[in-house]
Amino acid sequence: MSEIRFVDVAMRFRTRRGEVRALQQISLTVPDGQFACIVGPSGCGKSTLLSVAAGLVTPTEGEVLVDGKPAYSPGPDRGMVFQSYSLYPWLSVRRNIEFGLEIKRTPKPDRNRQSSELIRLMKLDGFADAYPKALSGGMKQRVAIARALANDPEVLLMDEPFGALDALTRQIMQEMLTDLWQRYRKTVLFVTHDIDEAIFLGDVIYVMTNRPGRIRTTLAVDLPRPRTFDMASGPRFAELRNQVVGVIHEESMKAVESELARA
Amino acid sequence: MSEPVPATQPAPANPARVQRRRRGLLRTYLTPKQAIPRPARFVLGILSFVVIITLWSVGAVFIDNPLFLPSLPRVGNAWIDMVQHQHFLGDVGWSAFRIIAGFLIAAAMAVPLGLLMGSFEVVRSFFQLPINAIRYMPASAFIPLLIVLQGLGEQEKLTVIWIGVFFQLVLMVMDIAHRVPDEMLNVAYTLGASRWKVFYKVFLPATFPEVVDALRITMGWAWTYLIVAEIVSAERGIGSFILIAERFLRTDRIIAAIITIGVLGLITDTIFGLIHRWRFPYVEKVHA
Repeated sequence: MSEIRFVDVAMRFRTRRGEVRALQQISLTVPDGQFACIVGPSGCGKSTLLSVAAGLVTPTEGEVLVDGKPAYSPGPDRGMVFQSYSLYPWLSVRRNIEFGLEIKRTPKPDRNRQSSELIRLMKLDGFADAYPKALSGGMKQRVAIARALANDPEVLLMDEPFGALDALTRQIMQEMLTDLWQRYRKTVLFVTHDIDEAIFLGDVIYVMTNRPGRIRTTLAVDLPRPRTFDMASGPRFAELRNQVVGVIHEESMKAVESELARA
Repeated sequence: MSEPVPATQPAPANPARVQRRRRGLLRTYLTPKQAIPRPARFVLGILSFVVIITLWSVGAVFIDNPLFLPSLPRVGNAWIDMVQHQHFLGDVGWSAFRIIAGFLIAAAMAVPLGLLMGSFEVVRSFFQLPINAIRYMPASAFIPLLIVLQGLGEQEKLTVIWIGVFFQLVLMVMDIAHRVPDEMLNVAYTLGASRWKVFYKVFLPATFPEVVDALRITMGWAWTYLIVAEIVSAERGIGSFILIAERFLRTDRIIAAIITIGVLGLITDTIFGLIHRWRFPYVEKVHA
C-alpha cells in the first residue's frame, strides 16, 4: 500500500516584484497503484508540485504524505524522472541503472541481476557498457526510467519525461511505459502538457489552472487496460480530449481576460 | 498507393563523395561552421608552418642582417650550440621545475577552493570579492614586492606563478562547479543518496573533465609569468638565458629559446589532451 496524498499544499515564492503564488490549496490523493496525470499550461506550477512530492522543495503551507508519512526530504521511496534525463555521463548504462542500488550497498551480484533484467526490459540490450553520449534521446530516457525503477520505489514521479522527444519516439515510450506500469503497478504521478499523452497513460487526469496553480478539474479516464495505440483514434478518446481541451481553453481565456483587465 | 521504387537503379558507391563533387570549391571550403575534408585540414595545418618558414627565410635574405632577423639555419645552429656548450638544457630544467612546482601548488589550492565556492554559497560569498579584485592585478606587478619580501630565490619565482595561476583558476573552477545541473544532484537525492554522497559521487565527477580543461588553459599562463619572473631576476632558467643573450645581442639564441618554450608548451598541452582522452572518454565532443 503506497498512496500519495497532498494536503492543502500551497507554495509561494518571494521575488523582487512581489510574491508569486505558484500553488494554492492543492489537495489530492493518488491511491496505491494508480497512474495519475497532471495536465496544465506551462508555468502553472505542475513541476513544483512534483518537487514538493519528491521532498526537493518544502511547501509554504500543507504537506505531502506518502503512506501517511510526511515527505519532508527526498528519499528512495519516491523515484523521480526528469525531462532532461540527467544521466551521469561518466557512468556506463549499467552503472547508471545501478546507481541507487550502489548507494544502498546492494551486493554486486544482486545489483547485476537487477540491472540486467531492466536492460532487457527497457530494450537496451547491447548498450550495457555504453556511455550515455552514445544513446539517442529515447534510450537515455529509458535508462533514466530504469534507474528509478531499479530502486524499487513506492511512487514514481515523472516530470514531463517525454517532453524532449520527437513525436514518434514519444509514442513508443508511452506504450513502453504503460506496459511497465502494467507489470510493476507502481503509484505514478505524471506531469505533462500533452493532453493525448495524459489520456493515453492515466487512470485519472488532474487539470491545473494557471497561476496560482490549482486543481481545476479531475477526470477519470475510463478507457480499458491494457491501453493500445489504436484507442487514440476511438470516439471515447476524442470525447475525453474535448473535455480536457474545453477546460484548458476556458482557463486560458480567463487568463487573457484578467491580463487585459489589468492592462 | 505510392509507386513502387524501381529496384534496379544502381546506388552511387559513395553518396558523400558525389555530393561534395557537386558542391563546388567555394561552398565546400567557405561555408561557416562546415567541416572540410580531412586531408585538407591536415594540409592546411602543415601549410601554415611552410608559410611562416618561407616568410622568415625570404625576410632573412632580404634584411640580410643576422642581428635583426637571423636565418632559420642560424637559429638552429644556435640551439645546438646552446645545448652543447651553454648548458641550455639545465636552464630548461630549472624553468620546468619552477613551472611544475608553482603550478602544482596553485592548482592544489585553487581546485578545492573553487569547487567549494561553486557549491557552497557561504564559501563563495566570503571569497569571491577579494579574489575577483586580485585577479585583475597582473602577477608581474607583484615581482618587485616579492623580491623585497622573499629575495631572489626560488620562493619568489613560485609565488609569481602562484599569483598568476591561483586567482584565475579559482574563479574558473567555481564557474564549472556552479554549472553542474541541479537536476543531476536532485536525481541522486531521490535515489537515496546523502548530501555527502551526492557531493563525492555526483558533484565531483561531474566537474572533473572541465577542471582538467581549466588546468590546461592556466598552464599556458603560468609560462608567461615564469619567464617574466626569470627575466627580472634569476641565475638560471630560460628567462635568464634570454636576458643574457640579449646583453650579447644574440637574437638567434633568443629566438631559439622562445621556440623551445613554444615546443614545451605544445608538449604539455598534448599531455593534457591525452589525459583528457584517457580519463574522460565519455565526454561528448562538440567538434565533429
